[in-house]
Amino acid sequence: MPAMNMIQAVNSAMDTMLARNPDIVIFGEDVGYFGGVFRATEGLQRKYGLERTFDTPIAEAGILGVAVGMGAYGLRPVVEIQFADYIYPALDQLVSEAARLRYRSAGEFISPLTVRVPCGGGIFGGQTHSQSPEGIFTHVCGLKTVIPSNPYDAKGLLISAIEDDDPVLFFEPKRLYNGPFDGHPERPATIWANHPRGEVPEDYYAIPLGKAAIVRPGRDVTVLAYGTMVHVAEAAAAETGIDAEILDLRTLLPLDIDAVVASVSKTGRCVIVHEATRTSGFGAELAALVQEHCFYHLEAPIQRVTGWDTPYPYSLEWHYFPGPGRVGDALRKVMEA
Amino acid sequence: MRNTAPHGLHVPPPKARPGEVSAFSALAIPPAGSVRCPDIAVDPRDIRDLPYELIRVLDEDHHAVGPWAPAVSPDLLRRGLRAMMLTRAYDERMLKAQRQGKTSFYVKCTGEEAVAVAQALALRADDMCFPTYRQQGLLITRGWPILDMMCQVFANTRDRLKGRQLPVMYSSREAGFFSISGNLATQTSQAVGWAMAAAYKNDPRIAATWVGDGASAEGDFHHALTFATVYQAPVVLNLVNNQWAISSFQGIAGGEKTTFAARAIGFAMPGLRVDGNDFLAVYAVTAWAAERARAGLGPTLIELFTYRASAHSTSDDPSKYRPADEAARWPLGDPIDRLKNHLIALGEWSEDRDRALQEELTQMVADTAKEAESYGTLDKGAAPSVKTMFEDVYKEMPWHLRRQRQELGV
Ligand SMILES: Cc1ncc(C[n+]2csc(CCOP(=O)(O)OP(=O)(O)O)c2C)c(N)n1
Ligand SMILES: [Mg+2]
Repeated sequence: MPAMNMIQAVNSAMDTMLARNPDIVIFGEDVGYFGGVFRATEGLQRKYGLERTFDTPIAEAGILGVAVGMGAYGLRPVVEIQFADYIYPALDQLVSEAARLRYRSAGEFISPLTVRVPCGGGIFGGQTHSQSPEGIFTHVCGLKTVIPSNPYDAKGLLISAIEDDDPVLFFEPKRLYNGPFDGHPERPATIWANHPRGEVPEDYYAIPLGKAAIVRPGRDVTVLAYGTMVHVAEAAAAETGIDAEILDLRTLLPLDIDAVVASVSKTGRCVIVHEATRTSGFGAELAALVQEHCFYHLEAPIQRVTGWDTPYPYSLEWHYFPGPGRVGDALRKVMEA
Repeated sequence: MRNTAPHGLHVPPPKARPGEVSAFSALAIPPAGSVRCPDIAVDPRDIRDLPYELIRVLDEDHHAVGPWAPAVSPDLLRRGLRAMMLTRAYDERMLKAQRQGKTSFYVKCTGEEAVAVAQALALRADDMCFPTYRQQGLLITRGWPILDMMCQVFANTRDRLKGRQLPVMYSSREAGFFSISGNLATQTSQAVGWAMAAAYKNDPRIAATWVGDGASAEGDFHHALTFATVYQAPVVLNLVNNQWAISSFQGIAGGEKTTFAARAIGFAMPGLRVDGNDFLAVYAVTAWAAERARAGLGPTLIELFTYRASAHSTSDDPSKYRPADEAARWPLGDPIDRLKNHLIALGEWSEDRDRALQEELTQMVADTAKEAESYGTLDKGAAPSVKTMFEDVYKEMPWHLRRQRQELGV
């Protein structure tokens, strides 16, 4: 199997699907000739033509609006929002339109869109190139939200997202594009070629939405994480020596509640980790669900490790980022209780 | 009979991609001095042809000609030349600092210096600017210390913005320069709001805003046009058409079948299209629009027709999407060369003085950079204290932020 980084895996998913289904079209800012500022659509215009992978005006509301219209016609648009931080102009089309079209038309019209959204920090991007707004979208009924943590999952999940008849927000942690990242910026960068999940089949395969993965089995405490934080949690478990069971949620909505309940019921302890800000973040929903489903198994209060409730600062990025040190503290804290 | 054959989806391509020859020869460039200059009180409906013209003042012999030639002193022109040269020297130095790892990111305005510099001179010093990341020339022309700008770029201990913002996202209330946002075009409707507030207060100051050709596709810019015309806001709306938005040519933003200045027609405001590399033309058009706004005659849309001679930013490699020699083939020349040649033609400047000024500015920028670096650079970790991270989210820090700060132990 070829080694791919996460950009190549995402590219391969779109390549695979463009070849399989003529109703798939790809568009967004700079995605056409150039292949996107992260090069995720590189080569697709050359291979499939101008009409199937093209540049759009810089207007996120317009991108989502035409995607909804194309979806209503019967196409399956896969659009890129250049950075998660720039998705807000498109909120009305996503929240009021794409998310509710099936409901309000009683299934007459659907929005089979995939919205690819590079997200997350750790690249000195400052407050407008670092955000993780997934919690805004999990709060909206009608949208699905996916965040892969490795190339293999990225391809399989993106294919499922594209095949899904509902609108899917597909967040791509850009700090993981070139390699896994354990939250230690001072260490040399690692690459996906040396990681088992960096092996990605060239051909079609799908990973179903709504299924979590146990990336590290353990007995002492369950860590619920996704995206970059999966790797940070692994580092924290290794550094503290605590036998944590790490769940990579992969799909936030619909959530794999069975996997969460099974793990927390077993360990009796739970640490939730995300890079996004804390208040009303997805971690709050997870904590509520764990409390509802596993209350009598819990031996310690649930801990959340998240980005602080401030904009993502530029130069103090590494004081903001919830690194393995902070995750390790939370692991120790739940073990002491 | 009309052709009803299937026609497919139209996706406009640029004139040339890498390996092809830039076809700027197809551009219609009218001679300098050929466009009429209406009175500022003109009814916008009577100048619906102007958005399709290109206002130019400097002719091939470097003389200022035609009705738009502004009555300006050689001193003002020398100030403009100096500010443009300083802007370019500053850009070169900061690019070098980025290459050396002293900061992570930088944005140059090479080839577009006349836009911000001439416009800053045509506006009053206390008019309020709502710029993009490519109008550093406004601050420089207004005499804002480049030391302060460098400290922002290096995110060091003297950075007034406390290392919170990406380099070049300056803010200076004192210089009438609104905090730059990374989110494109948001500043345009804000400028209209500022102008509406000034009108409400009978304040003689006006607002000016800048937006790129690419970003003008955002809804915010259209809201700016609508609100500006409805409330006849005292605002100058500048659209900098530098032909590219990262890798997308201006046709992707809607410039293929019309001009950006022509957007004004539907909003019943004057739309002026100007050679953005012609310092005198930019000055004159801006002064016209500013005077009109100050006289209570409403907003103006100006399209500054120019070329982004450098990469989009230090994260960008334009050789991937446009011919490498395109900048050199830009038919409207370089704004600094053109103003310099004009001053020489007037007998108000010389090659020797130019060389001396260039040396002086390069030295000054280098010395200032050294001082700025002495307060720290991004790679040297001379960031502001960590506890400042939690400040200014709110006027008063709520309990949950205080607790988070304690959790971090700062
Ligand atoms: C809302 C939003 N969408 C996308 C971006 C990413 N982006 C930054 S600059 C840029 C191109 C802007 O081009 P243009 O407006 O022509 O200005 P120029 O860079 O040419 O000065 C893009 C797409 C952004 N910053 N904000
Ligand atoms: Mg542009």
